[in-house]
Amino acid sequence: MSLILEHIDRTVSGEKHISDACLSLEPGSFNVLLGHTLSGKTTLMRLMAGLDTPDRGRVLFGERDLTHVPVRKRNVSMVYQQFINYPSLRVFDNIASPLKLARVPKDEIERRVEEIAAMLRIDHLLGRYPLELSGGQQQRTAMARALVKDADLVLFDEPLVNLDYKLREELRLEMRKLFRSRNTIAVYATTEPSEALALGDTTTLLHQGRILQSGPSDAVYHRPASAEAASLFGEPPINLLEVTVAGSELRIGQTAFPLPGPLGSLDDGDYRLGIRPSHLSLTPLHDDDLEFCVEVGVAEISGSETFLHVASNDLELVLHLGGIHDFPVDSAIRVYAPSTKLFVFDASGELVRAPSLATE
Amino acid sequence: MAEIRLDQLAHSYAANPGQASDYALRRIDHVWEQGGAYALLGPSGCGKSTLLNIISGLLEPSQGRVMFDGESVNALSPQQRNIAQVFQFPVVYDTMTVHDNLAFPLRNQRQSAAKIDERVREVAEALEIEHLLTRKASHLTADEKQKVSMGRGLVRDDVAAILFDEPLTVIDPQLKWRLRRKLKQIHERFDITMVYVTHDQLEASTFADKIAVMYEGEIVQFGTPRELFEYPAHTFVGYFIGSPGMNLCPVTLSAGGVRLAGCDVPLAEDVRAALERHSGQRLMLGIRPEFIQLVACGESPLNARVDLVQDLGTYKIVDLLLEGPDAELPIKVRVEEDHAVPEGRVGLLLPERWTRFYADDLLVEVDHASA
Repeated sequence: MSLILEHIDRTVSGEKHISDACLSLEPGSFNVLLGHTLSGKTTLMRLMAGLDTPDRGRVLFGERDLTHVPVRKRNVSMVYQQFINYPSLRVFDNIASPLKLARVPKDEIERRVEEIAAMLRIDHLLGRYPLELSGGQQQRTAMARALVKDADLVLFDEPLVNLDYKLREELRLEMRKLFRSRNTIAVYATTEPSEALALGDTTTLLHQGRILQSGPSDAVYHRPASAEAASLFGEPPINLLEVTVAGSELRIGQTAFPLPGPLGSLDDGDYRLGIRPSHLSLTPLHDDDLEFCVEVGVAEISGSETFLHVASNDLELVLHLGGIHDFPVDSAIRVYAPSTKLFVFDASGELVRAPSLATE
Repeated sequence: MAEIRLDQLAHSYAANPGQASDYALRRIDHVWEQGGAYALLGPSGCGKSTLLNIISGLLEPSQGRVMFDGESVNALSPQQRNIAQVFQFPVVYDTMTVHDNLAFPLRNQRQSAAKIDERVREVAEALEIEHLLTRKASHLTADEKQKVSMGRGLVRDDVAAILFDEPLTVIDPQLKWRLRRKLKQIHERFDITMVYVTHDQLEASTFADKIAVMYEGEIVQFGTPRELFEYPAHTFVGYFIGSPGMNLCPVTLSAGGVRLAGCDVPLAEDVRAALERHSGQRLMLGIRPEFIQLVACGESPLNARVDLVQDLGTYKIVDLLLEGPDAELPIKVRVEEDHAVPEGRVGLLLPERWTRFYADDLLVEVDHASA
């Protein structure tokens, strides 16, 4: 059955934390809530779980109205940022605890605990206490406890944020595999766009308590409804430039460019041009690429890729380059924005044009 | 300003250390040259902080010497070593102004007021905190406070080195890169040996010209970011650097090359000859996900089936299972945006230029001249 939020508001001590949230989540789907810190992700999840009650609107599970059903009468589990386990219980008993509460027969408890522990590769640790485990193992124990009881709804609140990036890489993959064959609705809150893309069948963008956009992850990524949505769903965020179209000219700051072919149909006026950092390049691809003369701020190298921060009098840009490139600070270079990869937003931020998805 | 040499250092927290695992630092022979920008990179628990504390004099090593410009400083206190340290959490005197915070180390040295003022202004200008000089430190944001901590290290011109211990942990993500850039500029301007300790490869490679990668109490490689990426000297470096890390697959020697999951991979003679010299050891083939080429089945002796595709927007990570008569071997491949991901089964090409071999986890050097 689907989980449906209908026009949900939630106000906490006079401050609106969630405004008019509408959402429908399908069984067997993995749904990511993406937003900055304090955007309302946790609040929204608490409303889904029944830990809090909305001031307005309804929470439905299929046909059934759950709005005023408390959390302990719903079949929900939750995994938090901090690794929450019972320190005095061994890993086995930690994982088994929800099943014991539900009075599941002992041999079935054993079977299910061992099955989920094997999936999460902690089956060799069942006899240990949580504090004898590494951070990653502790979080896997908490995840196993949330998954062992076959909840209708499993909520993850930034579960990987306290782990180092190598562990996150591994756990992310495990989670995806874990949910592939389940009928559960999974909801996963994160501040990281890459997690939304890696994990989410759907992504919901949350900003200041409002849902900016929701849909299949790749569709939201490739066709962001607004400049705000595009900026939220990209790391580093999409480069946004204030531009003016006047006749056959595109003006950026003090510089005028011939209007690139793919933007030919734009009416005169002010726009915001969006260029993803990964689409900027150091070599021109087409005749009508936008060419910028800039100075290098810093080159950030992350092992297999380089984030290059550049600026001129007119603009600041971030490039995301494959491979390792080293540039001295303040060196002058040229960078190119392929005309086929430009996003255009109108002055109010609404999407006017997204690049076509045809592979080249 | 100094060259820092670590001479046969080892350290154990145990009273009577016996086997290797009793040592937090196993054996470190290493030189940080005067004026260099270095990073010490490794996972938590690898011994980074132990090493840092030994250099600064907070901890006395069980064995070996710390030398500054050729002189042992083992007997010197942290103060006498003239090391400046910047920690995870900014250490500033909250009740003092920024100016007084920066002037503090110089006043302790009884320098003249005019000279102190000149130096404080120079450092404040370099850190872009001149406008804050009269502000009380308690009113600063985390990144401003961290700049003040750095400034206190920079004002003294007799500092042997500045050690940074995860200095950007408390800084907002958007501000991190600005501060990293500042650090790099400061390094270029002040010509001080700087060592930056972190578990974050991005921070390490942005700041440092050369990175020492630590693993289980040893420095397993010391090289430029490019060297760590292209020629990992140890399987751990291959795994730890890059996201996802290097594919590392067990292989055995065969007539014309190696066997990988039971499939023959032919090798050039010089590579095969180099591997021959390690025949008794545990051999692994290493190749980064970026360098594997996907082709149609039948165009390569190596075939795999697609298990899972993670689309990360700018690229995709494809999890493959290499099909061999002996076993199925997981392999990751990175496919750039605009490139289609095949469905079902694919062939794999492993370009020789990007394929490395490891014997008991250490890179097998290939002597191309002998071929």
